[in-house]
Amino acid sequence: MVSPHTMNGEKESVHMGKPKLEIKDVGKIFKTKTGETTALEKTSFTISEGEFVTILGPSGCGKSTVLRIVAGLEEATSGHVLLDGEAIHGPGPDRGMVFQSYTLYPWLTVKENITFGLKLNGVSQKERDDVARHYLQLIGLEGFEKHYPIQLSGGMKQRVAIARALANDPKILLMDEPFGALDAQTRNIMQEVLLKAWDESKKTILFITHDVDESIFLADSVYVMTARPGRLKKKVPIQLDRPREFSVKGTTEFAQYKEELLSLIREESLKSI
Amino acid sequence: MFTPNKEIPKTIYTSAGFLTFIIFLVIWSVLTYGGVVNALFLPTPTTVLATAIDLFANGSLLSDIGISFSRVLVGFLVAAAIGIPLGILMGSLRIMEGAFEPIIGFIRYMPASAFIPLLILWIGLGEAEKMSVIFLGTFFQLTLMIMDVTKNVQNELIEVSYTLGAKKVQLFTKVILPAALPGIVDTLRITFGWAWTYLVVAEIVGASSGLGYMIMQASRFLQPDKIIVGIIIIGLLGLLTDMIFKAIYRASFSWMRKDGL
Ligand SMILES: Nc1ncnc2c1ncn2[C@@H]1O[C@H](COP(=O)(O)OP(=O)(O)O)[C@@H](O)[C@H]1O
Ligand SMILES: [Mg+2]
Repeated sequence: MVSPHTMNGEKESVHMGKPKLEIKDVGKIFKTKTGETTALEKTSFTISEGEFVTILGPSGCGKSTVLRIVAGLEEATSGHVLLDGEAIHGPGPDRGMVFQSYTLYPWLTVKENITFGLKLNGVSQKERDDVARHYLQLIGLEGFEKHYPIQLSGGMKQRVAIARALANDPKILLMDEPFGALDAQTRNIMQEVLLKAWDESKKTILFITHDVDESIFLADSVYVMTARPGRLKKKVPIQLDRPREFSVKGTTEFAQYKEELLSLIREESLKSI
Repeated sequence: MFTPNKEIPKTIYTSAGFLTFIIFLVIWSVLTYGGVVNALFLPTPTTVLATAIDLFANGSLLSDIGISFSRVLVGFLVAAAIGIPLGILMGSLRIMEGAFEPIIGFIRYMPASAFIPLLILWIGLGEAEKMSVIFLGTFFQLTLMIMDVTKNVQNELIEVSYTLGAKKVQLFTKVILPAALPGIVDTLRITFGWAWTYLVVAEIVGASSGLGYMIMQASRFLQPDKIIVGIIIIGLLGLLTDMIFKAIYRASFSWMRKDGL
Protein backbone atom coordinates (compact mmCIF):
# COMPACT_ATOMS: atom_id res chain seq x y z
CA MET A 1 0.00 0.00 0.00
CA VAL A 2 2.96 2.36 0.22
CA SER A 3 2.77 4.97 -2.48
CA PRO A 4 5.96 6.25 -4.07
CA HIS A 5 4.54 9.76 -4.03
CA THR A 6 4.37 11.36 -0.63
CA MET A 7 4.02 15.03 -1.36
CA ASN A 8 0.28 15.27 -1.36
CA GLY A 9 -1.79 16.62 1.49
CA GLU A 10 -2.37 15.35 4.99
CA LYS A 11 -5.34 13.25 4.05
CA GLU A 12 -3.26 10.94 1.93
CA SER A 13 -0.89 10.17 4.77
CA VAL A 14 -3.83 9.37 7.04
CA HIS A 15 -4.82 6.69 4.55
CA MET A 16 -1.56 4.92 4.87
CA GLY A 17 -2.86 3.66 8.20
CA LYS A 18 -3.95 0.15 9.03
CA PRO A 19 -5.82 -1.94 6.48
CA LYS A 20 -9.59 -1.61 6.78
CA LEU A 21 -10.68 -4.09 4.16
CA GLU A 22 -8.55 -6.95 2.89
CA ILE A 23 -9.62 -8.94 -0.13
CA LYS A 24 -7.54 -12.06 -0.46
CA ASP A 25 -7.65 -14.30 -3.52
CA VAL A 26 -11.36 -13.72 -3.88
CA GLY A 27 -12.81 -15.37 -6.96
CA LYS A 28 -16.32 -16.11 -8.15
CA ILE A 29 -17.68 -18.69 -10.53
CA PHE A 30 -21.38 -18.66 -11.29
CA LYS A 31 -23.03 -21.92 -12.21
CA THR A 32 -25.61 -21.35 -14.90
CA LYS A 33 -27.73 -23.45 -17.21
CA THR A 34 -25.20 -23.03 -19.98
CA GLY A 35 -22.23 -23.96 -17.81
CA GLU A 36 -19.91 -22.03 -15.56
CA THR A 37 -19.20 -18.31 -15.80
CA THR A 38 -16.06 -17.00 -14.19
CA ALA A 39 -17.24 -13.58 -13.07
CA LEU A 40 -14.13 -12.83 -11.07
CA GLU A 41 -10.68 -14.32 -11.20
CA LYS A 42 -8.72 -14.55 -7.97
CA THR A 43 -8.31 -10.98 -6.89
CA SER A 44 -6.53 -9.38 -3.96
CA PHE A 45 -6.37 -5.82 -2.74
CA THR A 46 -6.42 -3.83 0.46
CA ILE A 47 -8.21 -0.65 1.40
CA SER A 48 -6.90 1.55 4.20
CA GLU A 49 -8.91 3.19 6.94
CA GLY A 50 -10.62 6.30 5.58
CA GLU A 51 -9.59 5.66 2.00
CA PHE A 52 -11.83 6.37 -0.97
CA VAL A 53 -11.31 3.64 -3.56
CA THR A 54 -13.06 3.45 -6.90
CA ILE A 55 -13.18 0.39 -9.09
CA LEU A 56 -13.34 1.17 -12.78
CA GLY A 57 -14.08 -1.34 -15.48
CA PRO A 58 -16.18 -2.15 -18.53
CA SER A 59 -19.64 -3.48 -17.89
CA GLY A 60 -19.88 -7.18 -17.14
CA CYS A 61 -16.32 -7.38 -15.83
CA GLY A 62 -17.34 -8.37 -12.32
CA LYS A 63 -17.40 -5.05 -10.46
CA SER A 64 -20.76 -5.68 -8.86
CA THR A 65 -19.67 -9.20 -8.02
CA VAL A 66 -16.69 -7.92 -5.99
CA LEU A 67 -18.88 -5.48 -4.14
CA ARG A 68 -21.61 -8.00 -3.46
CA ILE A 69 -19.08 -10.42 -2.06
CA VAL A 70 -17.74 -7.74 0.27
CA ALA A 71 -21.31 -6.90 1.27
CA GLY A 72 -21.92 -10.57 2.01
CA LEU A 73 -24.78 -10.74 -0.50
CA GLU A 74 -22.85 -13.20 -2.64
CA GLU A 75 -20.52 -15.93 -1.48
CA ALA A 76 -17.04 -16.06 -2.94
CA THR A 77 -16.05 -19.31 -4.63
CA SER A 78 -12.52 -18.87 -3.31
CA GLY A 79 -10.59 -16.62 -0.97
CA HIS A 80 -11.83 -14.49 1.86
CA VAL A 81 -12.68 -10.96 2.88
CA LEU A 82 -11.41 -9.40 6.11
CA LEU A 83 -12.92 -6.30 7.64
CA ASP A 84 -10.79 -4.88 10.44
CA GLY A 85 -8.92 -8.17 10.37
CA GLU A 86 -12.01 -10.32 10.86
CA ALA A 87 -13.60 -12.55 8.24
CA ILE A 88 -17.06 -11.47 7.12
CA HIS A 89 -20.02 -13.82 7.27
CA GLY A 90 -23.07 -12.79 5.28
CA PRO A 91 -24.45 -9.28 5.09
CA GLY A 92 -24.40 -7.01 8.13
CA PRO A 93 -24.76 -3.42 9.27
CA ASP A 94 -20.97 -2.96 9.43
CA ARG A 95 -20.99 -2.74 5.61
CA GLY A 96 -23.43 -0.14 4.29
CA MET A 97 -24.60 -0.38 0.72
CA VAL A 98 -25.96 2.00 -1.90
CA PHE A 99 -27.30 0.47 -5.10
CA GLN A 100 -27.73 2.02 -8.51
CA SER A 101 -31.42 1.28 -8.51
CA TYR A 102 -33.50 3.27 -6.06
CA THR A 103 -33.94 1.22 -2.94
CA LEU A 104 -35.64 3.60 -0.53
CA TYR A 105 -38.61 2.22 1.39
CA PRO A 106 -41.46 3.88 -0.52
CA TRP A 107 -43.85 3.70 2.44
CA LEU A 108 -41.49 5.59 4.76
CA THR A 109 -40.73 9.30 4.81
CA VAL A 110 -37.26 10.61 4.07
CA LYS A 111 -36.57 10.88 7.77
CA GLU A 112 -37.87 7.38 8.52
CA ASN A 113 -35.77 6.02 5.67
CA ILE A 114 -32.62 7.63 7.04
CA THR A 115 -33.18 6.23 10.52
CA PHE A 116 -34.48 2.82 9.44
CA GLY A 117 -31.36 0.93 10.50
CA LEU A 118 -31.23 2.73 13.84
CA LYS A 119 -34.85 1.89 14.54
CA LEU A 120 -34.21 -1.78 13.80
CA ASN A 121 -31.52 -1.62 16.45
CA GLY A 122 -33.84 -0.06 19.01
CA VAL A 123 -32.17 3.38 19.07
CA SER A 124 -34.40 5.87 20.90
CA GLN A 125 -36.66 8.30 19.05
CA LYS A 126 -34.73 11.27 20.37
CA GLU A 127 -31.40 9.98 19.21
CA ARG A 128 -32.90 9.09 15.83
CA ASP A 129 -34.23 12.61 15.48
CA ASP A 130 -30.76 14.00 16.13
CA VAL A 131 -29.10 11.67 13.63
CA ALA A 132 -31.75 12.42 11.01
CA ARG A 133 -31.32 16.16 11.46
CA HIS A 134 -27.58 15.84 11.08
CA TYR A 135 -27.72 13.81 7.88
CA LEU A 136 -30.56 15.80 6.33
CA GLN A 137 -28.33 18.82 6.71
CA LEU A 138 -25.26 16.97 5.41
CA ILE A 139 -26.96 15.88 2.20
CA GLY A 140 -28.79 19.17 1.78
CA LEU A 141 -32.33 17.90 2.17
CA GLU A 142 -33.56 19.94 5.12
CA GLY A 143 -37.25 20.57 4.75
CA PHE A 144 -37.80 17.27 2.95
CA GLU A 145 -37.91 15.01 6.01
CA LYS A 146 -41.66 14.41 5.71
CA HIS A 147 -41.60 13.74 1.97
CA TYR A 148 -42.11 10.26 0.58
CA PRO A 149 -39.62 8.82 -1.95
CA ILE A 150 -42.13 9.09 -4.81
CA GLN A 151 -42.03 12.85 -4.36
CA LEU A 152 -38.25 13.04 -4.79
CA SER A 153 -36.06 13.33 -7.89
CA GLY A 154 -33.55 10.60 -8.66
CA GLY A 155 -30.67 12.64 -7.23
CA MET A 156 -32.58 13.32 -4.03
CA LYS A 157 -33.40 9.64 -3.64
CA GLN A 158 -29.72 8.73 -3.86
CA ARG A 159 -28.86 11.44 -1.33
CA VAL A 160 -31.29 9.82 1.06
CA ALA A 161 -29.86 6.37 0.30
CA ILE A 162 -26.37 7.69 1.14
CA ALA A 163 -27.63 9.30 4.33
CA ARG A 164 -29.45 6.10 5.31
CA ALA A 165 -26.28 4.06 4.89
CA LEU A 166 -24.12 6.58 6.78
CA ALA A 167 -26.63 7.08 9.60
CA ASN A 168 -26.14 3.43 10.45
CA ASP A 169 -22.45 4.18 11.06
CA PRO A 170 -21.00 1.29 9.03
CA LYS A 171 -17.27 0.53 9.01
CA ILE A 172 -17.23 0.79 5.24
CA LEU A 173 -19.59 2.19 2.65
CA LEU A 174 -20.08 0.12 -0.52
CA MET A 175 -21.50 1.89 -3.55
CA ASP A 176 -22.45 0.15 -6.79
CA GLU A 177 -22.68 2.77 -9.55
CA PRO A 178 -24.96 4.84 -7.33
CA PHE A 179 -25.11 7.73 -9.79
CA GLY A 180 -25.36 5.55 -12.88
CA ALA A 181 -29.02 6.33 -13.50
CA LEU A 182 -28.67 10.09 -13.06
CA ASP A 183 -28.20 12.73 -15.71
CA ALA A 184 -24.75 14.30 -16.13
CA GLN A 185 -25.52 17.53 -14.23
CA THR A 186 -27.04 15.74 -11.26
CA ARG A 187 -24.23 13.22 -11.29
CA ASN A 188 -21.62 16.00 -10.95
CA ILE A 189 -23.47 17.53 -8.05
CA MET A 190 -23.89 14.16 -6.37
CA GLN A 191 -20.16 13.54 -6.58
CA GLU A 192 -19.56 16.73 -4.64
CA VAL A 193 -22.25 15.86 -2.12
CA LEU A 194 -20.61 12.49 -1.60
CA LEU A 195 -17.13 13.93 -1.15
CA LYS A 196 -18.49 16.31 1.44
CA ALA A 197 -20.19 13.46 3.29
CA TRP A 198 -17.02 11.38 3.10
CA ASP A 199 -14.87 14.22 4.39
CA GLU A 200 -17.22 14.81 7.27
CA SER A 201 -17.83 11.18 8.20
CA LYS A 202 -14.26 9.93 7.64
CA LYS A 203 -15.69 6.71 6.27
CA THR A 204 -13.86 4.18 4.14
CA ILE A 205 -15.60 3.98 0.77
CA LEU A 206 -15.47 1.39 -1.98
CA PHE A 207 -17.18 2.89 -5.01
CA ILE A 208 -17.89 1.22 -8.33
CA THR A 209 -18.26 3.08 -11.59
CA HIS A 210 -17.67 2.78 -15.30
CA ASP A 211 -17.33 6.56 -15.60
CA VAL A 212 -13.66 7.57 -15.85
CA ASP A 213 -14.15 11.20 -14.71
CA GLU A 214 -16.13 10.03 -11.72
CA SER A 215 -13.51 7.50 -10.70
CA ILE A 216 -10.74 10.13 -10.75
CA PHE A 217 -12.68 12.93 -9.13
CA LEU A 218 -13.71 10.85 -6.13
CA ALA A 219 -10.80 8.53 -5.49
CA ASP A 220 -7.60 8.26 -3.56
CA SER A 221 -6.96 5.17 -5.65
CA VAL A 222 -8.59 3.89 -8.82
CA TYR A 223 -8.49 0.16 -9.46
CA VAL A 224 -8.91 -0.70 -13.11
CA MET A 225 -10.43 -4.08 -13.81
CA THR A 226 -9.89 -6.27 -16.82
CA ALA A 227 -12.71 -7.41 -19.06
CA ARG A 228 -14.34 -10.75 -18.39
CA PRO A 229 -13.24 -12.70 -16.54
CA GLY A 230 -12.61 -9.79 -14.21
CA ARG A 231 -9.38 -9.24 -12.37
CA LEU A 232 -7.60 -6.17 -11.08
CA LYS A 233 -5.38 -4.83 -13.79
CA LYS A 234 -3.82 -1.77 -12.26
CA LYS A 235 -3.98 0.50 -9.26
CA VAL A 236 -3.72 4.18 -10.09
CA PRO A 237 -3.25 6.47 -7.08
CA ILE A 238 -4.90 9.85 -7.64
CA GLN A 239 -2.83 12.60 -6.16
CA LEU A 240 -5.10 15.57 -6.63
CA ASP A 241 -5.45 17.95 -3.70
CA ARG A 242 -8.28 17.62 -1.25
CA PRO A 243 -10.82 18.94 -0.72
CA ARG A 244 -11.66 18.71 -4.40
CA GLU A 245 -14.00 20.97 -6.21
CA PHE A 246 -15.69 20.62 -9.54
CA SER A 247 -13.04 22.84 -11.13
CA VAL A 248 -10.36 20.16 -10.68
CA LYS A 249 -11.90 18.38 -13.66
CA GLY A 250 -10.51 21.14 -15.87
CA THR A 251 -6.89 20.81 -14.74
CA THR A 252 -4.10 19.24 -16.77
CA GLU A 253 -3.32 16.76 -13.97
CA PHE A 254 -6.90 15.55 -14.18
CA ALA A 255 -6.59 15.26 -17.95
CA GLN A 256 -3.44 13.20 -17.56
CA TYR A 257 -5.12 10.76 -15.20
CA LYS A 258 -8.01 10.60 -17.56
CA GLU A 259 -5.81 9.78 -20.50
CA GLU A 260 -4.02 7.06 -18.57
CA LEU A 261 -7.24 5.47 -17.37
CA LEU A 262 -8.96 5.82 -20.70
CA SER A 263 -6.23 3.94 -22.48
CA LEU A 264 -6.25 1.23 -19.80
CA ILE A 265 -9.99 0.88 -20.01
CA ARG A 266 -10.13 1.08 -23.79
CA GLU A 267 -7.97 -2.01 -24.12
CA GLU A 268 -10.42 -3.80 -21.87
CA SER A 269 -13.56 -2.47 -23.49
CA LEU A 270 -12.29 -3.60 -26.87
CA LYS A 271 -11.75 -7.09 -25.49
CA SER A 272 -15.24 -7.25 -24.08
CA ILE A 273 -17.09 -6.21 -27.24
CA MET B 1 -60.90 10.69 -27.11
CA PHE B 2 -59.93 7.55 -28.98
CA THR B 3 -56.15 7.81 -28.62
CA PRO B 4 -54.81 4.84 -26.61
CA ASN B 5 -53.79 5.65 -23.03
CA LYS B 6 -54.76 9.31 -23.35
CA GLU B 7 -56.47 10.84 -20.34
CA ILE B 8 -60.02 12.12 -20.82
CA PRO B 9 -62.06 14.52 -18.63
CA LYS B 10 -63.60 12.83 -15.58
CA THR B 11 -67.13 13.88 -16.58
CA ILE B 12 -66.88 12.10 -19.91
CA TYR B 13 -65.42 9.06 -18.19
CA THR B 14 -68.32 8.87 -15.72
CA SER B 15 -70.93 9.63 -18.37
CA ALA B 16 -69.66 6.76 -20.48
CA GLY B 17 -70.33 4.41 -17.56
CA PHE B 18 -73.84 5.73 -17.08
CA LEU B 19 -74.54 5.50 -20.78
CA THR B 20 -73.69 1.80 -20.81
CA PHE B 21 -76.14 1.20 -17.97
CA ILE B 22 -78.84 3.17 -19.74
CA ILE B 23 -78.36 1.30 -23.00
CA PHE B 24 -78.64 -1.92 -21.03
CA LEU B 25 -81.90 -0.72 -19.45
CA VAL B 26 -83.26 0.42 -22.81
CA ILE B 27 -82.62 -2.98 -24.40
CA TRP B 28 -84.27 -4.66 -21.42
CA SER B 29 -87.28 -2.32 -21.70
CA VAL B 30 -87.69 -2.79 -25.44
CA LEU B 31 -87.57 -6.57 -25.03
CA THR B 32 -90.13 -6.63 -22.23
CA TYR B 33 -92.52 -3.68 -22.73
CA GLY B 34 -92.37 -4.31 -26.46
CA GLY B 35 -93.52 -7.85 -25.83
CA VAL B 36 -90.60 -9.34 -27.72
CA VAL B 37 -90.04 -11.95 -25.01
CA ASN B 38 -92.51 -13.74 -22.79
CA ALA B 39 -92.91 -12.08 -19.36
CA LEU B 40 -92.67 -15.55 -17.86
CA PHE B 41 -89.01 -15.63 -18.81
CA LEU B 42 -88.03 -11.99 -18.56
CA PRO B 43 -90.17 -9.60 -16.47
CA THR B 44 -90.24 -5.85 -17.03
CA PRO B 45 -87.96 -3.50 -15.06
CA THR B 46 -91.00 -2.17 -13.18
CA THR B 47 -92.08 -5.65 -12.15
CA VAL B 48 -88.59 -6.38 -10.86
CA LEU B 49 -88.55 -3.09 -8.95
CA ALA B 50 -91.98 -3.79 -7.44
CA THR B 51 -90.88 -7.29 -6.43
CA ALA B 52 -87.71 -5.88 -4.86
CA ILE B 53 -89.70 -3.38 -2.79
CA ASP B 54 -92.16 -6.03 -1.78
CA LEU B 55 -89.42 -8.45 -0.75
CA PHE B 56 -87.70 -5.81 1.29
CA ALA B 57 -90.91 -4.74 2.99
CA ASN B 58 -92.67 -8.04 3.50
CA GLY B 59 -90.28 -10.84 2.71
CA SER B 60 -87.19 -12.14 4.36
CA LEU B 61 -84.85 -10.36 1.96
CA LEU B 62 -82.99 -8.39 4.61
CA SER B 63 -82.31 -11.43 6.74
CA ASP B 64 -81.33 -13.37 3.60
CA ILE B 65 -78.80 -10.66 2.78
CA GLY B 66 -77.51 -10.77 6.34
CA ILE B 67 -77.05 -14.53 6.39
CA SER B 68 -75.45 -14.62 2.94
CA PHE B 69 -73.13 -11.77 3.84
CA SER B 70 -71.99 -13.49 7.00
CA ARG B 71 -71.29 -16.72 5.08
CA VAL B 72 -69.25 -14.94 2.45
CA LEU B 73 -67.45 -12.85 5.02
CA VAL B 74 -66.48 -15.67 7.38
CA GLY B 75 -65.48 -18.04 4.56
CA PHE B 76 -63.40 -15.32 3.02
CA LEU B 77 -61.83 -14.13 6.28
CA VAL B 78 -60.68 -17.64 7.11
CA ALA B 79 -59.23 -17.98 3.61
CA ALA B 80 -57.41 -14.65 4.02
CA ALA B 81 -56.23 -15.42 7.54
CA ILE B 82 -54.48 -18.55 6.30
CA GLY B 83 -53.75 -17.47 2.74
CA ILE B 84 -51.97 -14.20 3.51
CA PRO B 85 -49.27 -15.57 5.83
CA LEU B 86 -48.90 -18.71 3.75
CA GLY B 87 -48.67 -16.74 0.51
CA ILE B 88 -46.06 -14.39 1.99
CA LEU B 89 -43.97 -17.32 3.18
CA MET B 90 -44.29 -19.04 -0.19
CA GLY B 91 -43.28 -15.85 -1.95
CA SER B 92 -40.17 -15.36 0.14
CA LEU B 93 -38.97 -18.81 1.20
CA ARG B 94 -38.16 -21.18 -1.65
CA ILE B 95 -38.73 -24.17 0.63
CA MET B 96 -42.30 -23.08 1.32
CA GLU B 97 -42.91 -22.46 -2.36
CA GLY B 98 -41.50 -25.86 -3.21
CA ALA B 99 -43.67 -27.53 -0.59
CA PHE B 100 -47.02 -25.84 -1.26
CA GLU B 101 -47.06 -24.46 -4.78
CA PRO B 102 -47.56 -27.81 -6.55
CA ILE B 103 -50.44 -28.98 -4.36
CA ILE B 104 -52.21 -25.61 -4.37
CA GLY B 105 -51.71 -25.30 -8.10
CA PHE B 106 -53.33 -28.73 -8.41
CA ILE B 107 -56.30 -28.21 -6.10
CA ARG B 108 -57.19 -24.79 -7.47
CA TYR B 109 -58.37 -26.33 -10.72
CA MET B 110 -60.82 -28.54 -8.89
CA PRO B 111 -64.25 -26.90 -8.85
CA ALA B 112 -65.32 -25.89 -5.36
CA SER B 113 -68.84 -27.12 -6.08
CA ALA B 114 -67.57 -30.66 -6.59
CA PHE B 115 -66.45 -30.70 -2.98
CA ILE B 116 -69.95 -30.03 -1.67
CA PRO B 117 -70.98 -33.69 -1.40
CA LEU B 118 -67.77 -34.43 0.50
CA LEU B 119 -68.23 -31.43 2.75
CA ILE B 120 -71.75 -32.53 3.56
CA LEU B 121 -70.46 -35.97 4.48
CA TRP B 122 -67.75 -34.51 6.63
CA ILE B 123 -69.35 -31.57 8.36
CA GLY B 124 -73.04 -31.81 7.61
CA LEU B 125 -75.39 -29.20 6.23
CA GLY B 126 -74.79 -26.36 8.66
CA GLU B 127 -73.19 -22.96 8.31
CA ALA B 128 -69.69 -24.43 8.38
CA GLU B 129 -70.39 -26.29 5.16
CA LYS B 130 -71.56 -23.12 3.36
CA MET B 131 -68.57 -21.17 4.57
CA SER B 132 -66.27 -23.99 3.56
CA VAL B 133 -67.46 -23.71 -0.02
CA ILE B 134 -66.60 -20.00 -0.03
CA PHE B 135 -63.28 -20.86 1.56
CA LEU B 136 -62.47 -23.51 -1.04
CA GLY B 137 -63.51 -21.17 -3.83
CA THR B 138 -61.13 -18.40 -2.77
CA PHE B 139 -58.33 -19.76 -0.63
CA PHE B 140 -56.13 -21.35 -3.30
CA GLN B 141 -56.24 -18.48 -5.78
CA LEU B 142 -55.75 -15.98 -3.00
CA THR B 143 -52.70 -17.75 -1.65
CA LEU B 144 -51.06 -17.99 -5.07
CA MET B 145 -51.78 -14.34 -5.79
CA ILE B 146 -50.28 -13.26 -2.45
CA MET B 147 -47.25 -15.39 -3.28
CA ASP B 148 -46.81 -13.54 -6.57
CA VAL B 149 -47.23 -10.16 -4.92
CA THR B 150 -44.55 -11.09 -2.39
CA LYS B 151 -42.19 -12.34 -5.06
CA ASN B 152 -42.46 -9.01 -6.80
CA VAL B 153 -40.94 -7.17 -3.86
CA GLN B 154 -37.74 -5.69 -5.28
CA ASN B 155 -34.87 -7.98 -4.37
CA GLU B 156 -32.48 -5.09 -3.77
CA LEU B 157 -34.88 -3.67 -1.20
CA ILE B 158 -34.42 -6.88 0.74
CA GLU B 159 -30.65 -6.87 0.23
CA VAL B 160 -30.26 -3.29 1.35
CA SER B 161 -32.28 -4.15 4.45
CA TYR B 162 -29.77 -6.83 5.37
CA THR B 163 -26.96 -4.29 5.06
CA LEU B 164 -28.92 -2.02 7.38
CA GLY B 165 -28.93 -4.77 9.98
CA ALA B 166 -32.38 -6.31 9.51
CA LYS B 167 -32.77 -9.71 11.17
CA LYS B 168 -34.87 -12.38 9.47
CA VAL B 169 -38.06 -11.68 11.40
CA GLN B 170 -37.63 -7.94 10.94
CA LEU B 171 -37.22 -8.53 7.24
CA PHE B 172 -40.72 -9.97 7.14
CA THR B 173 -42.40 -7.47 9.43
CA LYS B 174 -40.56 -4.28 8.46
CA VAL B 175 -39.78 -4.81 4.79
CA ILE B 176 -41.58 -7.60 2.95
CA LEU B 177 -44.99 -7.09 4.56
CA PRO B 178 -45.18 -3.31 4.11
CA ALA B 179 -43.74 -3.58 0.58
CA ALA B 180 -46.31 -6.20 -0.38
CA LEU B 181 -49.24 -4.62 1.47
CA PRO B 182 -50.75 -2.65 -1.43
CA GLY B 183 -50.69 -5.78 -3.57
CA ILE B 184 -52.20 -7.78 -0.71
CA VAL B 185 -55.11 -5.37 -0.28
CA ASP B 186 -55.70 -5.43 -4.02
CA THR B 187 -55.64 -9.22 -4.02
CA LEU B 188 -58.19 -9.27 -1.20
CA ARG B 189 -60.43 -6.93 -3.17
CA ILE B 190 -60.35 -9.16 -6.24
CA THR B 191 -60.78 -12.46 -4.38
CA PHE B 192 -63.59 -11.07 -2.22
CA GLY B 193 -65.37 -10.40 -5.49
CA TRP B 194 -64.94 -14.06 -6.40
CA ALA B 195 -66.25 -15.10 -2.99
CA TRP B 196 -69.62 -13.59 -3.92
CA THR B 197 -69.76 -15.65 -7.07
CA TYR B 198 -69.46 -18.83 -4.98
CA LEU B 199 -72.38 -17.83 -2.79
CA VAL B 200 -75.12 -19.32 -4.96
CA VAL B 201 -73.14 -22.53 -5.33
CA ALA B 202 -72.79 -22.70 -1.56
CA GLU B 203 -76.51 -22.17 -1.01
CA ILE B 204 -77.82 -24.52 -3.67
CA VAL B 205 -77.73 -27.61 -1.51
CA GLY B 206 -79.20 -27.93 1.95
CA ALA B 207 -79.78 -24.26 2.58
CA SER B 208 -82.99 -22.80 4.00
CA SER B 209 -81.97 -19.17 3.92
CA GLY B 210 -79.77 -16.75 2.05
CA LEU B 211 -79.81 -15.09 -1.34
CA GLY B 212 -78.74 -18.23 -3.16
CA TYR B 213 -81.55 -20.17 -1.50
CA MET B 214 -84.02 -17.43 -2.46
CA ILE B 215 -82.87 -17.63 -6.08
CA MET B 216 -83.20 -21.42 -6.15
CA GLN B 217 -86.66 -21.25 -4.63
CA ALA B 218 -87.75 -18.62 -7.14
CA SER B 219 -86.53 -20.84 -9.94
CA ARG B 220 -88.63 -23.71 -8.63
CA PHE B 221 -91.76 -21.52 -8.49
CA LEU B 222 -91.11 -19.84 -11.84
CA GLN B 223 -90.53 -16.33 -10.43
CA PRO B 224 -87.94 -14.74 -12.75
CA ASP B 225 -88.49 -11.32 -11.15
CA LYS B 226 -87.33 -12.72 -7.81
CA ILE B 227 -84.32 -14.34 -9.42
CA ILE B 228 -83.33 -11.07 -11.03
CA VAL B 229 -83.72 -9.21 -7.72
CA GLY B 230 -81.44 -11.76 -6.08
CA ILE B 231 -78.84 -11.49 -8.81
CA ILE B 232 -78.86 -7.70 -8.75
CA ILE B 233 -78.49 -7.63 -4.98
CA ILE B 234 -75.50 -9.97 -5.09
CA GLY B 235 -74.01 -7.72 -7.75
CA LEU B 236 -74.60 -4.63 -5.64
CA LEU B 237 -73.11 -6.24 -2.54
CA GLY B 238 -70.06 -7.23 -4.56
CA LEU B 239 -69.77 -3.71 -5.90
CA LEU B 240 -70.09 -2.29 -2.41
CA THR B 241 -67.32 -4.43 -0.96
CA ASP B 242 -65.15 -3.60 -3.97
CA MET B 243 -65.66 0.09 -3.26
CA ILE B 244 -64.84 -0.40 0.42
CA PHE B 245 -61.56 -2.09 -0.48
CA LYS B 246 -60.72 0.68 -2.94
CA ALA B 247 -61.39 3.26 -0.23
CA ILE B 248 -59.16 1.39 2.20
CA TYR B 249 -56.46 1.24 -0.47
CA ARG B 250 -56.68 4.95 -1.16
CA ALA B 251 -56.64 5.86 2.50
CA SER B 252 -53.77 3.55 3.43
CA PHE B 253 -51.30 4.07 0.63
CA SER B 254 -51.04 7.80 0.10
CA TRP B 255 -47.28 7.28 -0.21
CA MET B 256 -47.91 5.80 -3.64
CA ARG B 257 -49.16 9.10 -5.00
CA LYS B 258 -47.02 12.06 -5.91
CA ASP B 259 -49.46 14.56 -4.44
CA GLY B 260 -49.57 12.52 -1.22
CA LEU B 261 -53.35 13.02 -1.04
N1 LIG C 1 -26.24 -14.39 -10.39
C1 LIG C 1 -25.49 -14.59 -11.50
N2 LIG C 1 -25.60 -15.74 -12.18
C2 LIG C 1 -24.85 -15.94 -13.29
N3 LIG C 1 -23.99 -15.06 -13.81
C3 LIG C 1 -23.86 -13.89 -13.19
C4 LIG C 1 -24.61 -13.58 -12.00
N4 LIG C 1 -24.28 -12.33 -11.59
C5 LIG C 1 -23.37 -11.89 -12.49
N5 LIG C 1 -23.11 -12.82 -13.43
C6 LIG C 1 -22.15 -12.67 -14.54
O1 LIG C 1 -20.92 -12.33 -14.01
C7 LIG C 1 -20.29 -11.33 -14.79
C8 LIG C 1 -19.95 -10.13 -13.96
O2 LIG C 1 -21.14 -9.49 -13.55
P1 LIG C 1 -21.17 -8.16 -12.71
O3 LIG C 1 -20.31 -8.33 -11.51
O4 LIG C 1 -22.58 -7.80 -12.48
O5 LIG C 1 -20.48 -7.12 -13.71
P2 LIG C 1 -20.42 -5.53 -13.66
O6 LIG C 1 -21.01 -5.06 -12.38
O7 LIG C 1 -18.98 -5.20 -13.80
O8 LIG C 1 -21.18 -5.03 -14.85
C9 LIG C 1 -21.23 -11.03 -15.92
O9 LIG C 1 -20.81 -11.74 -17.05
C10 LIG C 1 -22.56 -11.53 -15.45
O10 LIG C 1 -23.32 -11.98 -16.53
MG1 LIG D 1 -22.71 -3.87 -12.05
